[in-house]
Amino acid sequence: MKNSSIDLRKKSHWVWRETLAIHRRAPETRIASSLSCVEIFVALYYGGILNYDSKQPLIESRDRCIISKGHGSICMYPILGDLGFYPLDELERVCETGGFLGGIPDPVIPGYETVNGSLGHGLGVATGMALALKRKGSDQSVFVVAGDGELHEGAYWEAIMFASHHELDNLHLIIDNNKISMLDYTDKIISHDSLATRFSAFGWDCFDVDGHDVEAVQETLLKMKKNRMAKPKVLIASTLKGHGVPGLENAALSHIINPKPELIDNLLEQNS
Amino acid sequence: MSLKPLAMRDVLLERIWQAMAEDENIFFTTADFGSPVLDKIRSDFPNRFVNVGIAEQNLINVSAGLALEGYTVFAYAIAPFITMRCYEQIRVSLALLSEVRPMNINLIGVGAGYSYVVSGPTHQCYEDITLMRTLPNFKVLSPSDHVCSGEFFDLCINTKGPKYLRLDAQVLPIIYKNTLPNLDMGFHVHHNDGGVCLIATGYMLHTALAVAEKLRASGYLVGVIDLFNISNFDADKLQAEIEAYSGIVTLEEGFRGRGGVDAMFFEFISRRNLNTRMLNIGVEAAYHFELGSRVELHELVGIGPESVQQSVTLFIQQLSD
Repeated sequence: MKNSSIDLRKKSHWVWRETLAIHRRAPETRIASSLSCVEIFVALYYGGILNYDSKQPLIESRDRCIISKGHGSICMYPILGDLGFYPLDELERVCETGGFLGGIPDPVIPGYETVNGSLGHGLGVATGMALALKRKGSDQSVFVVAGDGELHEGAYWEAIMFASHHELDNLHLIIDNNKISMLDYTDKIISHDSLATRFSAFGWDCFDVDGHDVEAVQETLLKMKKNRMAKPKVLIASTLKGHGVPGLENAALSHIINPKPELIDNLLEQNS
Repeated sequence: MSLKPLAMRDVLLERIWQAMAEDENIFFTTADFGSPVLDKIRSDFPNRFVNVGIAEQNLINVSAGLALEGYTVFAYAIAPFITMRCYEQIRVSLALLSEVRPMNINLIGVGAGYSYVVSGPTHQCYEDITLMRTLPNFKVLSPSDHVCSGEFFDLCINTKGPKYLRLDAQVLPIIYKNTLPNLDMGFHVHHNDGGVCLIATGYMLHTALAVAEKLRASGYLVGVIDLFNISNFDADKLQAEIEAYSGIVTLEEGFRGRGGVDAMFFEFISRRNLNTRMLNIGVEAAYHFELGSRVELHELVGIGPESVQQSVTLFIQQLSD
């Protein structure tokens, strides 16, 4: 299903609002890291990038989307509900008894492929899927959305080496490069400078984009998906953690700061 | 059935190699660990053989991805590395994910217990039974000879879900010369003479059989059971066997009192409210750096034939007190 005529900016704004509203009802959810990747997921799901069937989430003809930064993907809840993977009113019972949309997404959620809450697993599993699709002669693509903090996990670099060695040009890694981990800026913890140079040295094709310019994200992803040149591809999306929320945006401790309910109410009112 | 003892891994890999010729749905992955039979697999099926390098975390992740796409996967490495180096990958992408996504993935770990005799504690493996049996959805298989190891191939192909096969690295004498192990039952009764019953897994079955023979020569009644499926066995039949004895002795080449086969039987006896007395024989929980033969190392940690014979004799005497 593709919605290439949809207004991606309006949709991004709606997803941003809904994500904040979910957090207002369920403060256990991670809000800051879920706001840096709104435009990435909107471009993937509404921008004609991913092939999917919301009524048959595991249909063979789908593109695989691995949401490696699981806990930082609460913005996927309104998107999947809006697209019909489950009824939209599930958003009313996030983190509540009887619901299935938890504080950290589980693979019981239609549309989620793997276990994601624990970081550093997505890319490795995705490389296995990408290799399998190649061996099956399937044209489907594999997309992985990861946080830059996850790149501290050694398993990621095992997978990065594997993907280029096996020329997995059906594999796309999107890094939500909000530059903040849980306790500080990633560059103050273990530096990620020159990410593109690092990926190039490992044999990947590198792209970069302003991760909050949803049309630019869409355009770049479309270009990347078409490009099959025997190399895996990485999109380094420059983003802001806590995007659009005063006090949260780009704050070193934004991962563990919960904005006050009144602040969210005011934001939702001002940005209706 | 070959009468010459062979390596457990070679017999299992031979079955996999034969099957890969007919079944294009089988994938073989390794973390840079080989064997003579593996050379045939990688030369004959290069498209379905992947060496991920010395990278066990990625071995599990890549194998999970292949299995999610419908391949039957055999992943192969040295036992401590394929279990402990990548334990969270196993927990998350195999045990947990298989709760909701069907997959057939078989971890083959070579080097159970002390079978890498001179390599020391890094390559020896005394923790894996405990760690793997605690994972929901996992089957833990522990053969005592190459016949049983080869028979596990059918179980791997026919049963979905993640499995761990704990293989010995050494060539061990053949146990199943005239009869095949009953895979459905999960254990095999070698002697049921009453008295005490030695219940062993893997290499320790050989110790149990040798000790039982000596004890029988001294006039004691001793039965022996090979427990080769540690996670899935016919519990009613095992209970019926146990109830014929005044006491049981568990023998494992793993740490004692740390959640291995001994703990499994504590739970079994408790849950089924059995009036069975039990002795647990396993490795005293410590790391050793001494060099010696496997039997010498076993004696050092209390699981060698002489130590076992002494312990069991004392246990029998206590039972009759």
